[in-house]
Amino acid sequence: MPVDILIVDDSAAIRKILQRVLRQAELNVGEVIEAGDGVEALAALKNRKVGLILSDINMPNMDGLQLLTQIRGSQEHKDVPVLMITTEGSQNRVLEAVSLGASGYVRKPFTADQIKEKLTGIL
Amino acid sequence: MEEPVAQDRLVGFIREASSGVFQTMLGLELKPLADYTEIDPAPTNAGILSLVGFAGLWAGTGAFICSVKMACRIADALFLSEHDSVEEEVLDAVGEMTNMILGNVKTELEEILGPMALSIPTVLYGRDFIKRNQGKHEWTVVPFDFEGERIEVQVCLSRNQQNEHGRHAAKPHLAGV
Repeated sequence: MPVDILIVDDSAAIRKILQRVLRQAELNVGEVIEAGDGVEALAALKNRKVGLILSDINMPNMDGLQLLTQIRGSQEHKDVPVLMITTEGSQNRVLEAVSLGASGYVRKPFTADQIKEKLTGIL
Repeated sequence: MEEPVAQDRLVGFIREASSGVFQTMLGLELKPLADYTEIDPAPTNAGILSLVGFAGLWAGTGAFICSVKMACRIADALFLSEHDSVEEEVLDAVGEMTNMILGNVKTELEEILGPMALSIPTVLYGRDFIKRNQGKHEWTVVPFDFEGERIEVQVCLSRNQQNEHGRHAAKPHLAGV
């Protein structure tokens, strides 16, 4: 069954690149929806379920770690894998994301192969 | 003036981050030019100025500066479509490049200076911008060439007195423009 995916990043360029990577990956990808920050992401998740979330950390309004906390605390979406894709590369930040329930972590800049490898492991 | 990080190390971080981001995300090779420092930078007439703030025990500003032509070239490579004037996608592309380059510089600096926060980029389009910081601190300027177009990445850091005395929570701030 195809997996619907939510991409959360305040940059339209990164959202577009990730859309391309997902379409080109030999994965069973269904609908790909986009959000520009954590607030938009939660709104998008109100009336639907997704099988995977790719999220930036450093975003306006609600950052990726706050979003991750909300998702892990939600009855409906708590088990959805969340892959963090971010410039935040310090060990502390990675450990913080993992302790909050991140399923994986990719540092920007990234290659298509890095994303595909992580997604293959998660999906 | 107290230097937070040795000049050659900071320049190395900026060169590595800039070249890595251009190579990995755009497939473009930057040619590094001679770096320098300045206290009162000359007006920026390149066309695009993108700024991020750093906050922590050391705080300051990072800047990414390029021409409109170069900004369009960056947007072309990221969006895989042509851009010939400054529009939303061009500003978005430059903002994200700033975020990636200076975000990676920040990660390296954190190993030396402790945890830092990074602001969301602010991208400006215009001519003859003059940027300054209140303390008259030194900017490290690291220029690159790409097919005759000049790109500059600049960083200015100073010890954050407010943070040291615990009077205010550290928040990234931008140089005045």
